[in-house]
Amino acid sequence: MALVLTEEQELLQQTAREFVKEKSPVTELRRLRDSSDATGFDGALWKEMAELGWASVVYPEEFGGMDMGYMELGLIFEECGRSLVAQPLLATVVLGGGCVLEGGNETQKKDVLTAVAGGERLLSLALQEGPHHAPLAVATRAEEADGGYRITGNKTFVLDGHVAEQLVVVARTSGEPGDRDGLTLFLVDAGTPGVEVSRTQSMDGRNTANVNLSGAQVERSAVIGEVGAGADILDPVLDRALAVISAEMFGTASEAFDRALEYLKTREQFGVVIGSFQGLKHRAADMFVELELSRSIVFDALSAVDAGAGDVPSLASCAKARLNDTVFQVGNEAVQMFGGIGVTDEEDIGLFMKRSRVLQATLGNSSYHRDRFAALQGF
Amino acid sequence: MSDLEAFRQEAKSWIEENCPPSMRERIESPDDIEWGGRAAQGRTDDRKVWLDRMGEKGWTCPTWPKEYGGGGLSKAEAKVLQEEMRGVHARPALTSFGISMLGPALLEYASEEQKKHFLPQIVKGEIWWCQGYSEPGAGSDLASLQTRAEDKGDHYLVNGQKIWTSYADKADWIFCLVRTNPDVPKHDGISFLLFDMASPGVTVSPIQLISGSSPFCQTFFQDVKVPKKHLVGEVNSGWTIAKRLLQHERSMIGGMGLGLGGGVSRGAPEIAKDYCGESDGRIADPVARDRVAQLQMDARCYGATTRRAAEEAKAGIPPGPASSIFKLYGTEMNKRRHELLISIMGTQATGWEGDGFNAEELGETRDWLRSFGNSIEGGTSEVQLNIIAKRVLGLPD
Repeated sequence: MALVLTEEQELLQQTAREFVKEKSPVTELRRLRDSSDATGFDGALWKEMAELGWASVVYPEEFGGMDMGYMELGLIFEECGRSLVAQPLLATVVLGGGCVLEGGNETQKKDVLTAVAGGERLLSLALQEGPHHAPLAVATRAEEADGGYRITGNKTFVLDGHVAEQLVVVARTSGEPGDRDGLTLFLVDAGTPGVEVSRTQSMDGRNTANVNLSGAQVERSAVIGEVGAGADILDPVLDRALAVISAEMFGTASEAFDRALEYLKTREQFGVVIGSFQGLKHRAADMFVELELSRSIVFDALSAVDAGAGDVPSLASCAKARLNDTVFQVGNEAVQMFGGIGVTDEEDIGLFMKRSRVLQATLGNSSYHRDRFAALQGF
Repeated sequence: MSDLEAFRQEAKSWIEENCPPSMRERIESPDDIEWGGRAAQGRTDDRKVWLDRMGEKGWTCPTWPKEYGGGGLSKAEAKVLQEEMRGVHARPALTSFGISMLGPALLEYASEEQKKHFLPQIVKGEIWWCQGYSEPGAGSDLASLQTRAEDKGDHYLVNGQKIWTSYADKADWIFCLVRTNPDVPKHDGISFLLFDMASPGVTVSPIQLISGSSPFCQTFFQDVKVPKKHLVGEVNSGWTIAKRLLQHERSMIGGMGLGLGGGVSRGAPEIAKDYCGESDGRIADPVARDRVAQLQMDARCYGATTRRAAEEAKAGIPPGPASSIFKLYGTEMNKRRHELLISIMGTQATGWEGDGFNAEELGETRDWLRSFGNSIEGGTSEVQLNIIAKRVLGLPD
C-alpha cells in the first residue's frame, strides 16, 4: 500500500489547502462561535465544498459521486483540520451517509447519497448513549408496531445533530446492551414526532446534540440493511471514520506544531529566542518525531481502506490511538510553549488544543482502541 | 515472464542448491553469527561453505557494483533475493560493519585503488572490521577526538586511545578517526584512516558491561605506523566521511527497534499470557494488555514510517536527517519493549545465571540490560534530538 502521494493526490491536497486558507481561516471559526450562529457552520461554504466534490469524494458516480478513495478524502480532512474548519463532513458524509452507502438499498442510496453529494442534505449518526464511545452498548429499543418500528431511547454526542435532517439511529431490536447481535440501523427524519433534538455547544466552538426518542414511529422501509445485523454495517463505517478523523487530527496537530515552532523562533527572552533553549528544543524534536509517525500510520490506514486490506480494523484503531496521543501531547505542549499568551482566548493556539481534545474523545479514546486492537490481534 | 520474475526463479534455485541445510536453522545464540575475518572463530564447515558461495556470488553485498565484488543487483532484485532467503529461513552468510557501515562510505569517498583493494575483501568476509570513533574524552562531542596521526613522510604515526570499539578484540582491521591537524577548528582537522589491528603498537582490552557481555573494547595505539595510502578521502576532511558513516550506523541500530536484535523470539502477547494469566484467550491483566497493545501499535507506526521513508527514497524525495528519527525512536522503543517484557516476567526476570530461571528468562534479563546502551551508542538520544532540532526544525544554537 502506497505511503507516498501520487501527483494527483498532491495536487488535490494543494487545492484543498488553498481553498481552506482563503475561505475558512481560523477567524471564520471565531466568527461562527462569537455570533452564536444558529447552525454553527457556514451553509454557503458547505455548498461550495459540495460543488468541489468534497461531499461525495468516496461515493460512486451513479449517485453523483467522484468515486475516489479515502486517501483523497483524508487529505481534505487533514486540510480542514489545519484550519479548524467547521463543516459537516464527518457526520454527514462518512458516518450518516457511510451507513447508507454500506448497508442501504438502492432506493435509500439514490435518495440519500445523491442529496448529500449535492450538498442538499445533512445527516448524522445517533449511536453513543453514555460518556464513552461503546458501539455495542446500545440500550435504545426499537419495537415492531403498526407495520413499522417504534423507537425509544436517549442518544448523546450526536455530531452536528442539531442541523441533521436525517439521523441514522442505532437501536436494539433484540438482545441486551453489549450484544453484537440485535442492533438495527434506522434512517429517521429529524422532524418525526417523538424525536427531540437538543443542541449542545462544545468547547471547540462546534456543535453536537442530545437526541431523545420517545416512541418515535418509523416505517419498515426506514431500516438500513438487515434487522438485527446493524453491527456488520457499523464496523466498516466506523473504521473509515477512524481513518479520516485521524487525518483531521493530524492536520490540527501539525498546524499547532508549526505555530508553536514559529513562536519558538520569534519570542525572545533573556536576550535570545526561546527556541535556542535545549529544554524546549528537545520537546519540539520529540513532537516532530511523533508527528512523523502519526503521518505514516494515517496514510497506512487510509490506503488500507482503499485497498480493502484485511487489517483495516487494526490499522484504524492504531491510527486513532496514536493520533489521540499525538494531539494530546502537541496540543498541551503548544499551549505551554506560548506561555501566558497561550492561555488567552485572543491567541489561536488554545482553539487548536480545545479542538484536539474534542476529537480525542470522539469515536473512542486511546484505551478503548488499544483494547480493541488487542482483541483483534488475539490478546 | 518479467525480468524480475526470472531473477526470482534464478535466486530461488541457486539458494536451494547452495545453502546448506544447517544454515536454514534458527540462530540460537550470538555465537552462531558469522562476522567473517581471518581468525574464522567458530566457523563450522557449513558456515564456511555458505560464506564462500555467497561471497563468490557477491550476494553478501547484493547492490554493490560487480567490479568491486558485489552482486550488481538492482534494489528491486536485492529485495527479491532477501525475500527468497527469508522464504527458506536462510541465515545471513555474513554480518559485518564492513557491509553496513564502512563499505557504503568507501563506495562514496575512497580512491579507485582503495575500492578495488578493500571492497572485495568485505564482500568475501575476509576481513573483520571494527570502528575507531569514540574516545574517553570524545563521546557525544565526537569531533573533539584527540588520537593523533602525525605526518611522517611515507606514513602516519598514530598515538592515542579509542573506546567502545565493538569487537576490537576479534577484528582484523579498524576504520579510525584521527586528528591530523590540532591547530584548526575541531571539525576541520580530522582524517579517516584504515589500518591493520595486528600492527605493532595496537593493544586491546575488552570492557565488561552491566549485561555481563563484553562486545566493546578499549583500544590503545602507541606509535602505530600506518602507510599513507590507507588514508580515505583528503587529509583533514574525515569529518564528512565520519558523519555519513554515522547515518549508516544509525539506520542499522534503529532497525533493532523492530525486534531484530533481541534474543526473545516469542512475541510480547504470548509471554504476557504465560506470565500474567490468560482469560478467554486474552491477557488477563488489563494493564499488561494495554501496555502490550501500546508497544505493538508503536511498532506498527514505526514500521509504517520506515516503509514510507523507503518509498520516498524510491520516488526520488531526498532523505533528510531521517536516520536520526529512526535511531532515536527505534532504540527508545526497543528499550520500552525490554522494560515491558521484564515487568511482565516479574521476579523470573531478576535472575543472572544457574537454576531457577529458564533460558528465555535469563536471555531477556541480559537483553534488557544490554538495551540500556542502545540509546547511547551511535549517538545518544539527546544528540539525535539536537540534530532534529537543528537540521530539521531549524532551531538556533
